[in-house]
Amino acid sequence: MYKILYKRELAMGIWEMRIEAPRVARAALPGQFVIVRADEHGERIPLTIADYDSEEGWVTIVTQAIGVSTRKVVALEEGESLIDFAGPLGRPSDFVKEPIEELRKRRFLFVAGGVGTAPVYPQVKWLSERGVECEVIIGAKTKDMLIFTERMSAVAKVHIATDDGSAGFKGMVTALIRELIDGGAKYDEAVAIGPMIMMKFVTLTTREYNLKTTVSLNALMVDGTGMCGACRVTVGGRTRFTCVDGPEFDAFEVDFDEAMRRQGMYRSLEERANAIAAERAAGHKCRVGLDK
Amino acid sequence: MANKIARVACREQDPKVRATNFEEVCYGYNLEEAQLEASRCLNCKNPRCVAQCPVSISIPEFIGHVLKGELQAAADTIARDSSLPSVCGRVCPQESQCEGACILGIKGEPVAIGKLERFVGDWKIEHGRTDDQRPTPNGHRVAIIGSGPSGLACAGDLAKLGYEVRVFEALHKVGGVLVYGIPEFRLPKERIVAREIDSLRRLGVVFETDTIAGRTVTVDSLLDEEGYDAVFIGSGAGLPRFMGIDGENLNGVVSANEFLTRANLMHAYDGEYDTPIYAGSRAVVVGGGNVAMDAVRTAKRLGAEATIVYRRSEVELPARVEEVHHAKEEGIEFRMLTNPIEVLGTDKGWVRAVRCVEMELGEPDESGRRSPVVKEDSEFEIECDVVIMALGTSPNPLIAATTEGLETNRRGCIVADDEGRTSREGVFAGGDIVTGAATVILAMGAGRRAAKAIDYYVKAKK
Repeated sequence: MYKILYKRELAMGIWEMRIEAPRVARAALPGQFVIVRADEHGERIPLTIADYDSEEGWVTIVTQAIGVSTRKVVALEEGESLIDFAGPLGRPSDFVKEPIEELRKRRFLFVAGGVGTAPVYPQVKWLSERGVECEVIIGAKTKDMLIFTERMSAVAKVHIATDDGSAGFKGMVTALIRELIDGGAKYDEAVAIGPMIMMKFVTLTTREYNLKTTVSLNALMVDGTGMCGACRVTVGGRTRFTCVDGPEFDAFEVDFDEAMRRQGMYRSLEERANAIAAERAAGHKCRVGLDK
Repeated sequence: MANKIARVACREQDPKVRATNFEEVCYGYNLEEAQLEASRCLNCKNPRCVAQCPVSISIPEFIGHVLKGELQAAADTIARDSSLPSVCGRVCPQESQCEGACILGIKGEPVAIGKLERFVGDWKIEHGRTDDQRPTPNGHRVAIIGSGPSGLACAGDLAKLGYEVRVFEALHKVGGVLVYGIPEFRLPKERIVAREIDSLRRLGVVFETDTIAGRTVTVDSLLDEEGYDAVFIGSGAGLPRFMGIDGENLNGVVSANEFLTRANLMHAYDGEYDTPIYAGSRAVVVGGGNVAMDAVRTAKRLGAEATIVYRRSEVELPARVEEVHHAKEEGIEFRMLTNPIEVLGTDKGWVRAVRCVEMELGEPDESGRRSPVVKEDSEFEIECDVVIMALGTSPNPLIAATTEGLETNRRGCIVADDEGRTSREGVFAGGDIVTGAATVILAMGAGRRAAKAIDYYVKAKK
């Protein structure tokens, strides 16, 4: 059991939870993720690591409640526990293994979208603590959906973009990337994390500028250790497993259209499960077994 | 004198009924049936069955005890060589091991050794001694990676010798392939697997789930930081293979590992559980091993028309004869000498058919089996909405990749001698991670031999 030490709502439906998990905290590095299960009947769901403290033994996750399983996770209160919290999974970001001197010569542009802002934070924090300069674009639909802006500002130069212009730049993150680069900003490397569709369009944009880009894919998974292959993704014409070969890949090589299609593999079943859960929550008990 | 009667049939769930549920297919013998079957054993002076058992269980001896109704003695006899009789009695390929060698099988039916072993194992779970058998601690600690058959066997033997044993499991449930791979209808999880594991807990073995070796901990952190005297790696062969044909990443193509993990580990067939599973209306399973049979029968139970596609002929099917027989009874279609060359999709990217070629058997290859050769101009399509790839598995490279100096071979298996010693001092390995995908009993045997070697190593180090 993994105790929830702290919980708060960052934006509507997006929750931050600090979980007691000493082993995971000790081993975690930027770029990695965890698999959690809310209760005995729950799914194993992959969630990115938003922060960790190896000495205090906690890991932070950020979850957007969008389906039955994520809603179960965020419904748990402080003091309650997740039944499972396994990790850290996946390969750490490539830069972790590079000499710091080399990294200091480079300028990183991180592009964060929605809940994807959370996993950007440990990467930027790690780099910033080692004296590597980073800039971060945080994008959201509207001001109220922005997360991690203060924390991020403490470790990097932050640019905000909202679709409706309620905060910062008005428009998509891709337009802001153009504006920054066309305005003379120089970057050696970009890292984009967010919804698959956003990562696809960021990649189309950075490719025009020949700016090396890394993306972190949020594929469907079951075990997260290489056993099931649900997270197959085509990278550079080869099938790779997101959980053990990724989650980060060279963005220019990723087949985003296939990756998005594969994310929808269980969508109709999920929608059905959502509908059943809503009916149950409303006190409806099915007598003809349609909920089985 | 042996009783010259026909082999006692084992009661089973009606095929039509069981093809719609996940309850165990075979009910097993009761005492009367077991004793009757035991009376058929000739008690050979040179028992060929024992020679063919990978762990050399004293088969005629335990059968003799069954005949006399001495079930604790029968259980003790098996326990000398096997720690998982209820499991092995259900999943061992008896026809190519003990029963395949039985003298009675030459002219008639061999003694039902597997069913008798299962009977004894199940009796032991229900009625056997459960007194606290915790031995005096010897002050040494061993870490076991993986809670499948080899890890459980190794843990049990070391615990009996007084070691403090901790088993690290990556998934949230203990049992490895017994839990995520083999379906409930063949190996009940709560009634059998969980109970076998409870008996290890009574010996003092501690299980730590959600701990991925190579990620959460490493072999070196266990030895250096956590102070274990030795580490046993029994992490299995968990990585699914795919064919490398076009269309394999279409929606609806899954590995048998994924399909079975959703059903078995995640209970996706039970509406109370949240994990989804999709068997479609017509599922094609590619492969001919036990995993293929498990997948196809699971798909059938989920309501799909289910077909096995296998590139050789029926005699070459590597699955247990009983599973093939059960699958046929349940209405599984078998398309032999058929090999997929492409998965075809709809414009939305979902599977709509598999394009296959017909095969014929040519000259024997190095495995001694006649190798399948493509028949010219034999392409055809099988319409389906789900394709399940059951083509075997290979070892997970995670541990080898994070353990310096641990030798692996070109197939990615950890190199270990017959006693489980690897290229690293204090690090032992056994089961599928060493041999590649094999059987429960072989893995169990390897775990037990490694336990002996670990005991020798730790005591010599003192």
